[in-house]
Amino acid sequence: MRAGRRSDDDEIPMADASVFHIALIGSGPSGFYATEALLRSGAPVAVDMFEQLPVPYGLVRFGVAPDHPKLKQVTTAFDRIATMPGFRFIGGVSAGRDVSIDELRNSYDAVILATGADVSRSLGIPGEELTGSHSAGDFVAWYNGHPDYRDVHFDLDCEAVTIIGHGNVALDVARILAKTTDELRRTDIPSRALEALSESRVRDIHVVGRGTPAQARFSSKELREFLELETCDPSIDGRDIAIGDFAAENSHDPELSEKLSLLRAFSQASPAKPRRCIFRFGLSPIVIKGQTGVERIAFAHQASGAVEDIDCGLVFRSVGRRTAPLAGVPYDDRRGVHANIEGRVVLDSAVVAGLYACGWSKRGASGTIGTNRACGLATAQTVLADLPAHALRRSGNPDMLLAQLRRRVSQVVSYADWAAIDAAEKRRGSLLGKPREKFLSIPELLAAAND
Amino acid sequence: MAYVVTDNCKGCRYTECVTVCPVECFHLGETMTYIDPDNCIDCGGCVPACPVGAIEPDYRLAADKKFWITVNRKKAAETPVVSARLAPLPGADARRQALGR
Repeated sequence: MRAGRRSDDDEIPMADASVFHIALIGSGPSGFYATEALLRSGAPVAVDMFEQLPVPYGLVRFGVAPDHPKLKQVTTAFDRIATMPGFRFIGGVSAGRDVSIDELRNSYDAVILATGADVSRSLGIPGEELTGSHSAGDFVAWYNGHPDYRDVHFDLDCEAVTIIGHGNVALDVARILAKTTDELRRTDIPSRALEALSESRVRDIHVVGRGTPAQARFSSKELREFLELETCDPSIDGRDIAIGDFAAENSHDPELSEKLSLLRAFSQASPAKPRRCIFRFGLSPIVIKGQTGVERIAFAHQASGAVEDIDCGLVFRSVGRRTAPLAGVPYDDRRGVHANIEGRVVLDSAVVAGLYACGWSKRGASGTIGTNRACGLATAQTVLADLPAHALRRSGNPDMLLAQLRRRVSQVVSYADWAAIDAAEKRRGSLLGKPREKFLSIPELLAAAND
Repeated sequence: MAYVVTDNCKGCRYTECVTVCPVECFHLGETMTYIDPDNCIDCGGCVPACPVGAIEPDYRLAADKKFWITVNRKKAAETPVVSARLAPLPGADARRQALGR
């Protein structure tokens, strides 16, 4: 046992036996919003939020880009939810590894899965296994200091990078590669990542998608940021554009109109800065080529079928994400989520009693943070409608399980522990003139919790 | 920047925006909602949620709609937060059709 460690037992209060106990797996936006809806309902419920890492917030911590600090302010709302009576945070416990879904179902009246979408979709083309071929998600997790990705190496010693996909994640990756260290220094990007980026030789960033400009899924707000980069200009390859591609068909859609007018502006500008971000349209990847590492990617032009090679030393695929299957939970392979009908987990269309899903692991990886508020609320209402008639017939209880878990994991992390980690990260950050310097490993995070 | 509720909301007040706002920055006026610009985190989730296209980012507002920025700030300070969806105002659907939505 670590010296000076506080006793676990007085950190997480005992569960109240007269209420319905709900286990919620995952601490991202949908998990917090489902919790909020449950605890605001007035029904006698308590929520234990399980998180495999010692830190909460899911993709708000590990997905939202470091240079989008305003979006991260949503954590204030999560912290407020965490103060609601009946809430307990049980961090450092992985459902599926440290505790099985069946154990949870035997200890709680209902179990809600809010596990997100951790698996990056693959392109399904040859060459994806080459060195230098990565998923955008891995790069995002790395530059956001996710402990599981701290040692992943991205070789930025090349002049050209290709990002495959036209969503906001693709733009995040492009923007982080396009920015100078001075543009990122005051963000919460880990110093380690910033140091690696400072040695980047990348000059050309190709952002390639199959569709037309109107079909691109990224938003105009993210696109606008490419007009304000210090050393990178956006541009468009005229070969990809047909007459009318920048004309919005629906005048009622200001978002689409703005996106197309931005892309039109990109196409008319003459890039002058040392770095270029080249938006490419109508191209499908066929094969990633190279001897040992990525050297080029062959694309087919959708319109003509002509094949074009784009030279690059790194490729990031950003073509969507799937929920990681969880032992004991039926999986919908087609949609890439826990098999569910409107939030009730189903096995061959029969409802699995007491098991629910919300957020990306319910409806797939799409929408903004707020979309998950409506989604979490919907699942919470379903759970409340099913209780008490369909509460699980359990033989255990949350505190018995928690006692067992304390013997299984090195430390169960409470929300007070997280507050200590949070304060320590902010202190480290303030010394460097940034909002936060994240701890990048589980031992460091746990040490900060106990300081 | 922040997002801004504009005239299309007036008389409809569907409050679909409220269900997707992650930070509860919508306030309830008599005939429409308002966004508190100091709490808005620019996620943009409310824009596609609005059935009548009443919400825009401030920078995208046409010159004759810029005054809504001040109106939102002022009214948000005077009105209560609305944290759950309410029934639309009477006549909202008719107005929505009249708006061509």
